[in-house]
Amino acid sequence: MSTTTIETAPAEVVAPQKTWSGQNVPRKEDKRLTQGEGVFVDDIKRHGMGYIHFVRSPYAHAHITSIDVAKAEQTKGVYGTLTGEEVASLTDPFFQLSTPPGAYLKDYALAVGKVRYVGEAVVAVVAETRELARDASELVEVEYEPLDAVVDARKAQDDDAPVLHDESGSNLMWEGVFEWGDLDAAFAEADKIVKIDELHFHRFNSTPLETDGALVEFNRGTGQWTLYTNNQFPGFAQIMMGPAMRCGLDKLRFVTQDIGGGFGNKITSHPQLVACCLLARKLNRAVQWTEWRTDFHMSMSHGNERWFHDTEVAVKNDGTLLGFRTKALDDAGAWLRYEPLGGVIWAQVTPGVYKWRHIRLDFTQVATNKAPCSPNRGYSRMQHLWFTERVMDIVAHELELDPIEVRKRNYIKAEDMPYETPNGCIYDSGDYEKMLDVATDLIGWDGIEQKRAEAKERGRLLGVGIGSTLDSGTNNFGQSRLINPELQFSGNNEVATVKLDIFGEIVVTLGTTPQGQGHETTAAQVVADILGCSIDDVHVRAGHDSYWNSHAGFSGTYASQFAVTGLSAVKGATDMLVEQIKRLGSVVLGGVPEEALELAEGTVRIKDNPEAALPFMACGAIINANNAGLPEDLDVTLNCRYVYRPPFQLPDLERKFGNLTLTYASQIHAAVVEIDPETGYYEIVDYAAVDDCGVRIHPQIVEGQVMGATAQALGAVTHEAYEYDEEGNLLTPNFYDYHVPHALDMPPLRTGYIETASPFTPLGTKGMGEGGGAGIHAVCAALQDAMRGHGDAIVYDSWNPYKRVWEMLNARGAVVTVEPA
Amino acid sequence: MSSVASSKTVTVTVNGVEYEREVEARKLLIHFVRDDLDLTGSHIGCDTGNCGACSMLVNGQLVKSCMLLAIQADGATIETVEGLADGGELTRLQQSFSDHHALQCGYCTPGMLMSATALLREHPSPTDEQIRKGLQGNICRCTGYWNIFEAVKAAGA
Repeated sequence: MSTTTIETAPAEVVAPQKTWSGQNVPRKEDKRLTQGEGVFVDDIKRHGMGYIHFVRSPYAHAHITSIDVAKAEQTKGVYGTLTGEEVASLTDPFFQLSTPPGAYLKDYALAVGKVRYVGEAVVAVVAETRELARDASELVEVEYEPLDAVVDARKAQDDDAPVLHDESGSNLMWEGVFEWGDLDAAFAEADKIVKIDELHFHRFNSTPLETDGALVEFNRGTGQWTLYTNNQFPGFAQIMMGPAMRCGLDKLRFVTQDIGGGFGNKITSHPQLVACCLLARKLNRAVQWTEWRTDFHMSMSHGNERWFHDTEVAVKNDGTLLGFRTKALDDAGAWLRYEPLGGVIWAQVTPGVYKWRHIRLDFTQVATNKAPCSPNRGYSRMQHLWFTERVMDIVAHELELDPIEVRKRNYIKAEDMPYETPNGCIYDSGDYEKMLDVATDLIGWDGIEQKRAEAKERGRLLGVGIGSTLDSGTNNFGQSRLINPELQFSGNNEVATVKLDIFGEIVVTLGTTPQGQGHETTAAQVVADILGCSIDDVHVRAGHDSYWNSHAGFSGTYASQFAVTGLSAVKGATDMLVEQIKRLGSVVLGGVPEEALELAEGTVRIKDNPEAALPFMACGAIINANNAGLPEDLDVTLNCRYVYRPPFQLPDLERKFGNLTLTYASQIHAAVVEIDPETGYYEIVDYAAVDDCGVRIHPQIVEGQVMGATAQALGAVTHEAYEYDEEGNLLTPNFYDYHVPHALDMPPLRTGYIETASPFTPLGTKGMGEGGGAGIHAVCAALQDAMRGHGDAIVYDSWNPYKRVWEMLNARGAVVTVEPA
Repeated sequence: MSSVASSKTVTVTVNGVEYEREVEARKLLIHFVRDDLDLTGSHIGCDTGNCGACSMLVNGQLVKSCMLLAIQADGATIETVEGLADGGELTRLQQSFSDHHALQCGYCTPGMLMSATALLREHPSPTDEQIRKGLQGNICRCTGYWNIFEAVKAAGA
């Protein structure tokens, strides 16, 4: 029997003192970004570059019977084309993460022989202008033989369902049973069993304002491609692309500077990047691809849509929840681009924030004729946490208990931290009850019944709802083996280099690919504190370049981890530099012991005699340009590279047990809504978001992440959905039909925080930024509360446009039954 | 497919600099400014005129430059985000965006700044309602707008 252990030094949390960390210093990024001087991918130009436009499928499911590119290629100004047939001969299918049947998929950069969703790329056309490339695409003649489509995951495994991938034999991609504790005993101990027939988490994504793109050059002499791209996880893209393109990973140089939002949606652009690489080589010219907004909506990184069927919850009369059983049906769309990892990522937060110990979840993932799913802010945990929050509110409703009291009764307690979940994850720290108190205070909980009565007088239904979530950060990639034991991934890492240059400049390089999280600023804060200098003296290079030797296999910016992996790498490299500066100082200052030295005011100096100081400039000059006469054994480069590796073990694959993430930031949100019962229209009239991400390096940036994630959740719960018709046509392919929140949509917002330092991380920090799912949960809960006594509908979907609320008011909700155990 | 588009000579003054270029008749103003004049501060976030990332001032009027053809701007005086700061010195509005953390990725920021500039010219001390209405044509996916409202308010007279 294995148990989970965290092997780490005792917590060493930053002591309260005058530091750069913890202060809202001006962001280093802002000067260029407020002047339009950022460099985003579409800003990069090369002489004679060609513009790529993709010809896309108008059918959700069809055989491709013929492709004729002759007319397009003969058009003046068109440089060339790329077809699926060429791709299939020049590359191998992308490596699949899944075990069979998903493992059998043959996924290429362009559709080969068949299309499986509307918007799938079939041919790429390159021309001397964007406009011409688009026009010439219309001259490509593609003949299709349409097939029936399946768009509803619930029908994907029917006997008569059209099969997307013949190689897999059916639309089943991956399935697994997760069971912990003793379900039979829990249900025997229960006073009641609450049964919920169906819940549905809808399909949407965070639609970064900058779409995907790349400028790709091929160097014929070295055989190397340079990809200027906004892909946010170059390590993953390289691993996918290298084997497919039959080249070493060093032949794929990834460069970014500024990225216009990511939210996970820019992780899986590797198919398009392969097409760009093939075209750059074929045409012997730089090629540029900027995705059109409509193309993004049709084809890129939809968030996982998930159904929960036949849920049973074991409940005591006092509101204690003992456990649950459910069947999760996940709709992956047409391809497994990052999937089926969603099949295990949810398990990072298996019990949510609650104490129940007996849990069974049967996970099934199927393919449908819709755009492929990939990570979206809150990836897979958001779906699961929405489920656990819905269960709390439904149980409270059915047992006529106060949802807040039910939560408090079932929350994991602060004194039980670190807490081992039924599946072996270790919640590092937190105090959910205290956060709930802060949230309810912020919305004026004590006066809520009076407000409810006032609203009623105005003909409005007022409701209050709580959303509790966890933002698990710093993945243990060993969890991928719960999906496929053959995968050779585990742990995590991130890289930073810190050097002292000739004139004493402190230069920091990161392996990350920030998209607005302010890494240049927070890295400088950490460095300045350790070196005893000003943040103005610390130059953090913007962006990522795999030529800098400052990246590792998991480098990138995704999955709530920079404050842990990135800043720990920065700390590690800076600590190394301190040690080297002292070693040099010891020699230059006449053999003073290193212990007698300190770093302060941009110098290394003797503690008892601060005037005996060697400026950083002198240190940098001596080592880099004036090093004659130094002792032969002085091992000092002043150029330090550190790889941070979190303390993870491999999970126990048999029991699906082990620590899957290092830190657990938490969020408690409270929403107050008012519904107009005549129309179903509702407004969020008050809202509070309370966050705990441990030690905050830059509180303003943390709050900014909380706000942004909240706004995305509020958009998702009310407006945003990738809706398809029965034939697989996307009904919301642009910002006209897919309504994201605008300035006029924003409710009043109050933010609060508590700080429970992580005992497991070098700076006491936790990864954060994805906790916005709480907004979806809170609004769903508030709507249900508002309808109490007015139809008593149970909110069954994460997407609640006004029409659905009207329908629920007219008695359509989830079917829930309560039975004695 | 349309036949090869005819072109036209266009003269514009952008941020005080006069440019004369031969332009395809079909080219959008935003693509002209970004690709032909190499002023890449203004961005593109959609293809339907919804997002406002390409907002700029044309003859003093706030426009979404993806909704105009370049040839329609012939003779116009145009202001873009690159023209706001004076010699690298941020304007009060730009500084306020930084102070209030009104930007994260910075992609919507140039358009947002131009809309706010137009708003502040019309209403030097805008009300909360005027700020929200003034910015409703600009989508931001990072901030939730709250800090942007604060930044614009603080930049007012």
